[in-house]
Amino acid sequence: MLNYIWFGMMAISVVAAIFTGRIDAVTEAAINMSKTAVEISIGLIGIMALWLGIMKIAEESGLIKIIARGLKPITIRLFPDVPADHPAIGSIVLNMAANMLGLGNAATPLGLKAMEELQELNPKKDTATNAMVMFLAINTSSVQLIVPATVVALMGVAASQIFITTILATLCSTITAIFMVKILEKTKTFSVENAS
Amino acid sequence: MIESIVGSLNAGAKYIIPLLLVGIPFYALSVKKVKVYEVFVVGAKDGFTIAVRIIPYLVAILVAVGMFRASGALDLLLNFLAPVLNLIGFPPENLPLAMMRPLSGSGSLGLLTDLVNEHGADSMPAKIGATMFGSSETTFYVLAVYFGSVAVTRSRHALVAGLTADAVGALSAVFFCKLLLG
Repeated sequence: MLNYIWFGMMAISVVAAIFTGRIDAVTEAAINMSKTAVEISIGLIGIMALWLGIMKIAEESGLIKIIARGLKPITIRLFPDVPADHPAIGSIVLNMAANMLGLGNAATPLGLKAMEELQELNPKKDTATNAMVMFLAINTSSVQLIVPATVVALMGVAASQIFITTILATLCSTITAIFMVKILEKTKTFSVENAS
Repeated sequence: MIESIVGSLNAGAKYIIPLLLVGIPFYALSVKKVKVYEVFVVGAKDGFTIAVRIIPYLVAILVAVGMFRASGALDLLLNFLAPVLNLIGFPPENLPLAMMRPLSGSGSLGLLTDLVNEHGADSMPAKIGATMFGSSETTFYVLAVYFGSVAVTRSRHALVAGLTADAVGALSAVFFCKLLLG
């Protein structure tokens, strides 16, 4: 899937650029973005280290287990393949909490920790498990309770008006994400055996 | 009423991180006698490996997204889609943002800024745009980083599910703004 989409995006870009006369801009974008990607990754090192350190303390003290146990009724339905007291559940819950509160900086390290723990349960290491896809889908649909700080800065007083519309829209997209994952994971096209 | 809830939520949010940074070690140290400093360092050690591990995946995705944005392909697609979406009452001025949102965080923030500057923060296009921005995530970036960090290359239904959710999010942003703020 990603093979075709990745290639398709680049191929469409080059063809479109020939028509729009922006072939130079496309070349420049390719080079600049490869640099940006590395800058983003390197920039993550510090924040990753900070939150992974704090998470390790939370894990050793048993806090993660307590949180995971508390939300068991929800998580066993969303992630039936993950044992309810597995550390991955704790990280997933904390990542979602960070996302809801708009703490993007904390959410990514927690999310990557969750992925690492989900990978331990994965029998086929290069292929996503049902739990991973569910986790990502919920993540990209972004359950958010707080209007992002950038939007507040931009919108000023009007920001309070979009508070409820944002929550409702995010709720619709998250519910869609969950249903789509549950339906698609049973189809042949997206099965682990046919995975691409 | 809503304004005061939003105000206090946003005011409270800035205390969450400091509280976690102090609260978690405090619980560990006082209740469980965990050697917090030593344990922190052990956990933090993985920060470097994970950050470096995602580089190739992020380069692949961001380059493709960057080329796509720079090529003007998005504009061509917009011309093609606008008449269709007009039929269901989707405002054409919000279409670029809806399409940019899954591709690029900075790109979609730029488009939202344009909407606010052009129509004013109190206008319907700006409110719909801000709702779209707040209710969705940069799907391609998240997929690249999260799957990249564990070297998963076969992502199965993740992209289809994510993009469908994005589309529903954008449509419901329009719907709820028109319904509640119109």
